[in-house]
Amino acid sequence: MDIVVSVKTNLDLQMIRIKNREPVLEAIPYKTGDLDKNAVEAALQLRDAVGESKVIALTVAESNRKVRETIKEVLAMGADEAVLIVDPALESTDQAGVARTLAAALQKIGSYDLVLFGEGSSDDYSGQVGPRVAELLGVPQIGYARKITAGGVGVLVERSMDEFIETLEAPLPAVLTVVSEINEPRIPSLMNIMKAGKKPTEEWSLADLGLDPAAVVSSCETLSNLAEEQDRKNIMLEGGAAEQAAGLVNALLKEGILGR
Amino acid sequence: MADILVYSEKQDAALELVFKGKELGAALGMGLSATVFGPGAADSAGALGAHGADRVFVSEDPALEGLGVDVVAEALAQVAREAGATMILIASTRRGKELAPRLAQKLDAGCVTDVNSLVLTDGSVVASRYALGGNTVARENLTTEIKVFAVMPKTFEIDGPVAGAGAVVQAALTLQPSAAKVVSRRPKDGDAVNLDAAERILGVGRGFAKRDDLGLGEELAAALGAELACTKGLSDFGWLPEDRVIGLSGAKTKPDFYLAVGVSGQIQHTVGISSAKLIAAINTDKDAPIFQLADYGIVGDLYEILPALVEKLKAV
Repeated sequence: MDIVVSVKTNLDLQMIRIKNREPVLEAIPYKTGDLDKNAVEAALQLRDAVGESKVIALTVAESNRKVRETIKEVLAMGADEAVLIVDPALESTDQAGVARTLAAALQKIGSYDLVLFGEGSSDDYSGQVGPRVAELLGVPQIGYARKITAGGVGVLVERSMDEFIETLEAPLPAVLTVVSEINEPRIPSLMNIMKAGKKPTEEWSLADLGLDPAAVVSSCETLSNLAEEQDRKNIMLEGGAAEQAAGLVNALLKEGILGR
Repeated sequence: MADILVYSEKQDAALELVFKGKELGAALGMGLSATVFGPGAADSAGALGAHGADRVFVSEDPALEGLGVDVVAEALAQVAREAGATMILIASTRRGKELAPRLAQKLDAGCVTDVNSLVLTDGSVVASRYALGGNTVARENLTTEIKVFAVMPKTFEIDGPVAGAGAVVQAALTLQPSAAKVVSRRPKDGDAVNLDAAERILGVGRGFAKRDDLGLGEELAAALGAELACTKGLSDFGWLPEDRVIGLSGAKTKPDFYLAVGVSGQIQHTVGISSAKLIAAINTDKDAPIFQLADYGIVGDLYEILPALVEKLKAV
């Protein structure tokens, strides 16, 4: 079984500070998407369960420098190969552009039975790229997977919806997105980190995929991107525990939360 | 005339979008269509018409049973073409959020998911959503001819029926069954909770030293009539199930009152509570970010404050 996992490199969001409502993005380190690592782990487990399979990590970025650590990390986790699509035109693309690029890359890779994504990226969490790729490839998609088993007509997926747990069966190839509860991503051993550099890695440009830069121009214009303004009272309740508790209960009575 | 098209598999969410769609349509000179799919569709269609949709397209095509995302996307694309829709509003439930981008790709449309406001600005509809992991709110303008917005449920009010009833139209669709087949479907476990609908919520975080201590939180939640919720961190420990997580990867709540206990206030959590009407916080660290977001703050040990609160509440 050939499993392709899409991984994205984000800014380390814990490191972002806000100044006058503006996010300060200078000198913020990069980090591999959290759910992307769940997708890689799911791919590795499936590969080992099925046998005679391989896992290809696929990523898209405007520069090689941005994704270098991500690729090293997922290869060290155990992915067999990596394919990087690197092109300056990707700097300002949107989810549709990324999906078009990934779909073209998958067609060039040629052989894929499963394409795995995280349910959303750590930064925007839009969840758009997986479904868009499924549509471009004309294959079934199953989102929010929390358990994946090969078998039946192709793949059996248990997924977590708002109110239900659903089990779906789909023929291959298929696109799946995973939720964090599916697994605990492994932490690579030092030995595997050393070996990662020797694994086959391909780097392609948009031209290599037969794509024109115009195909990845964003159709989503961000008018502003500022921290939310919160208008809160910020009243601190002082005193000992009993006094503070009384203060909060009185405040809740006054605010109409209690005693209605 | 271009139309706005509304769809959600959840009737309440669809009604909400019908109201917003009516308002936007009136301002933009667009008509409003709604859609209902699957078994029993015809029964739900009337309410959407009575609440403001000019036309309600229904289909009980057997291919729509189970609401496979590939089939629903194809059905909506066919209705959108029939109705001449250039703006499509879908509820950003889990189903809606995987549907919207697939539909958008079919229609060569731009798409914004998890929208928490739609505002008419200089003749275009600007959608807001959280970005940068919840640190910011991005205002997005789609430049494609067709635009798809997946809107968080409970973003807009539902008002009463309007005068006049929209026409119910049988949609003429050509559909293939979904490639993915539903093998089984079961409700989530017994203590499943709907935090989206909770009026009072008590959120617990890593200020609790061990799992057994959560009993203190449960006791206070019961005294307050609140649902118990938690941070992602606590759920990752396995202390509470995933459906009690509030934040970027969990529920986005709008309670009347949110009480944060032992919650530091990382943005990944607070995006899910920032719409609460009133917020109080209890934390040992006076510099914890949660206090910036709190109307009332208590710097103190939750192991002392919680029992004291339970006692005071019993006296109310």
